[in-house]
Amino acid sequence: MQVRTDGREDCSQVRTDGPEDCSQVRTDGTNRKEPMTETHPPVALDAGLDAATDNLAALESEAIHIFREVAGEFDRPVILFSGGKDSTLLLHLAIKAFWPAPVPFPLLHVDTGHNFDEVIEFRDRVVAEHGLRLVVAKVQDWIDDGRLEERPDGTRNPLQTVPLLDSITEHGFDAVFGGGRRDEERARAKERIFSLRNAFGQWDPRRQRPELWNLYNGRHKPGEHVRVFPLSNWTEADVWNYIAKEKIELPSIYYAHERDVYWRDGMWLTEGPWGGPRDDEEVVRKLVRYRTVGDGSCTGAVESTATTVADVIAEVQASRLTERGATRADDRLSEAAMEDRKREGYF
Amino acid sequence: MSSLLRLATAGSVDDGKSTLVGRLLYDTKSVLADQLDAVTRASVDRGASTPDLSLLVDGLRSEREQGITIDVAYRYFATPKRSFVLADTPGHVQYTRNTVTGASTAQLGVLLVDARNGVIEQTRRHAAVLALLGVPRLVLAVNKIDLVDYDEGTFEVIAKEFTDHATALGYGVGDVLSVPVSALHGDNVATRSDNTPWYTGPTLLAHLEEVPVAPDPHDEPFRLPVQYVIRPRTEQFPDYRGYAGQISSGTVRPGDEVVVLPNGQRTTVTSVDTADGSLEQAGSGASVTLVLADDVDIARGDLIAAAASAPDVTDEFTAALCWLASKPLKPGARVLVKHGTKTVQGMVTELSARFDEQNLSVEDGPETLALNDIGRVELRTAEPLPVDDYGHAHRNGAFLVIDPSSGDTLAAGLVGAPLSALGVG
Repeated sequence: MQVRTDGREDCSQVRTDGPEDCSQVRTDGTNRKEPMTETHPPVALDAGLDAATDNLAALESEAIHIFREVAGEFDRPVILFSGGKDSTLLLHLAIKAFWPAPVPFPLLHVDTGHNFDEVIEFRDRVVAEHGLRLVVAKVQDWIDDGRLEERPDGTRNPLQTVPLLDSITEHGFDAVFGGGRRDEERARAKERIFSLRNAFGQWDPRRQRPELWNLYNGRHKPGEHVRVFPLSNWTEADVWNYIAKEKIELPSIYYAHERDVYWRDGMWLTEGPWGGPRDDEEVVRKLVRYRTVGDGSCTGAVESTATTVADVIAEVQASRLTERGATRADDRLSEAAMEDRKREGYF
Repeated sequence: MSSLLRLATAGSVDDGKSTLVGRLLYDTKSVLADQLDAVTRASVDRGASTPDLSLLVDGLRSEREQGITIDVAYRYFATPKRSFVLADTPGHVQYTRNTVTGASTAQLGVLLVDARNGVIEQTRRHAAVLALLGVPRLVLAVNKIDLVDYDEGTFEVIAKEFTDHATALGYGVGDVLSVPVSALHGDNVATRSDNTPWYTGPTLLAHLEEVPVAPDPHDEPFRLPVQYVIRPRTEQFPDYRGYAGQISSGTVRPGDEVVVLPNGQRTTVTSVDTADGSLEQAGSGASVTLVLADDVDIARGDLIAAAASAPDVTDEFTAALCWLASKPLKPGARVLVKHGTKTVQGMVTELSARFDEQNLSVEDGPETLALNDIGRVELRTAEPLPVDDYGHAHRNGAFLVIDPSSGDTLAAGLVGAPLSALGVG
């Protein structure tokens, strides 16, 4: 087991946001629980035929291969983990990749402060259950000490880039796993699985390395790092079908629940630390769920009666909107909104 | 349960490739309302009367501005029968390296020609690249068939020329299909066209749904490059020691005799593990963890192979290189070779030949290999590598050539003489 024994295990060195996060640090990995079946009897599975004939088995094997490559070739990887759907799936695959050993990476959450309580509760519970180490970079700290300024529209998603890059530098992370998928957006469709970033975290689409077979080239210069996207080839439908197959728990807000919401910019928003309705915006109680979870100020809920995974799969299949188009104001800013943010170092 | 087909598309700039890909997405209902709205809006801004489907796939700002595709884009669509990962590769000559990238993982290649122009240089070049990389099947989409008035004779001439070219490259007649399509109007893409009653073959989409996916893994030798040694040392698993990797070819079962390379120790597989349990058998593409009977010294970079059909271990071998860097290759170049999970120093000792994909001929002893050149070289490595001929076991015959100073990927390498499979060299 390649547990890093370089002193970073000391919680005083990983803390970015205050002593309360020390309680989330586990250094021994002994109290993690298995997410999978409790016993492991031989099963009559032909994984060979599976990987060749079953879409989800092929995607799972590809993602596990990517996790193991990074574990083998990088000194200090980290998994971006927000408690959202894609990062929860990412963690599930990491746990499977190294079973029965613990995941040899810490987790990093760039916290906008504009959170849903259910997601933070879920994040902390998952971290504790699996005995993982979580580093939290709070956007609020960057605002408080003047390194960042609050935007006039109050949205903090674009502010995540600087705390992310600062944390990568501070902790010397050389590989950063993200849950990005190529089906999400046109600029993401052109990104490699191993995406080299310069010292400023920037992505240059014209200088991407060709990615051949399953041979990933992660060589980088000091100060540079590599963003790694094990879910590159998954679609939203794949993610949900896999969540159903593996019985992966998600924060409750991904399923239909009653919530007070108001209509703004073509989305149902909810009141939170980011503010609430203006005088001319009427608050109504509706049955809703979230398809993506980001900064609460720009993540909208969709009206839904889907209370189970099966309901959600049916809803996703019938939906005529992409998950980002439906619920993310940050991607609507311009035709090339995501490309511009990625060039600046965003995920 | 649906299967997965990985395909690559290639065509020259004006053949309407982006439109064809957009059409496949549109006709399989993989385009959602907000994406279509954005495309419709952008099309109207440019004065078009109908949505320009190519805008669905040209992702980068400069591509939309210039109306060209610069980089490989990956697209996803699904039908009830199959899920598809489509590598959409650019047609420009200077971007042929992206065709190599897309082709390296493809199980099928879709080439596009304009029915008014027929098979052109670019088509021949792309077919040669796909053949070299061992893409098992080809489809020629004869696009803009509406612009030649759906003429059967025109189609037949193009289809025959292409089939002749593909069979010269080593394809069987049954591995090649030509389909007359209009990406713009949708003829024979997902729905059979009334305009081509003379065409009796499947639509493009029907063919993609039905074509066999992969070779039978039982026909290939077992290979697993060790990625990572799993040693939990936990209370529950104090002595567990497993060798994690993705099977690159063949199948493995408990009880199989294996050899660990390069050192040559033999042992037996006791268990094929995954987090979901131990397997009775696992095959090509599966990520597994092997537990072995004997306490052998194994680390990342080693290869576990079937004892009965182990590859040669050698520090000198012949290979084909697809040169992907703007800096040309010269004899004597010092490089890094990444094969499986092992990276070693190497030297290109000789440039033996350059392949002329236009004439399917070979130029002996070239002075350099430049960007997009394909050539045959002699390589020497600092440590011996357990390599297969690419034609025998693709993944264990594949390697990257990396620049030791910049870290950039310089070339795609294929062990052996795959050029001779093209009928030359």
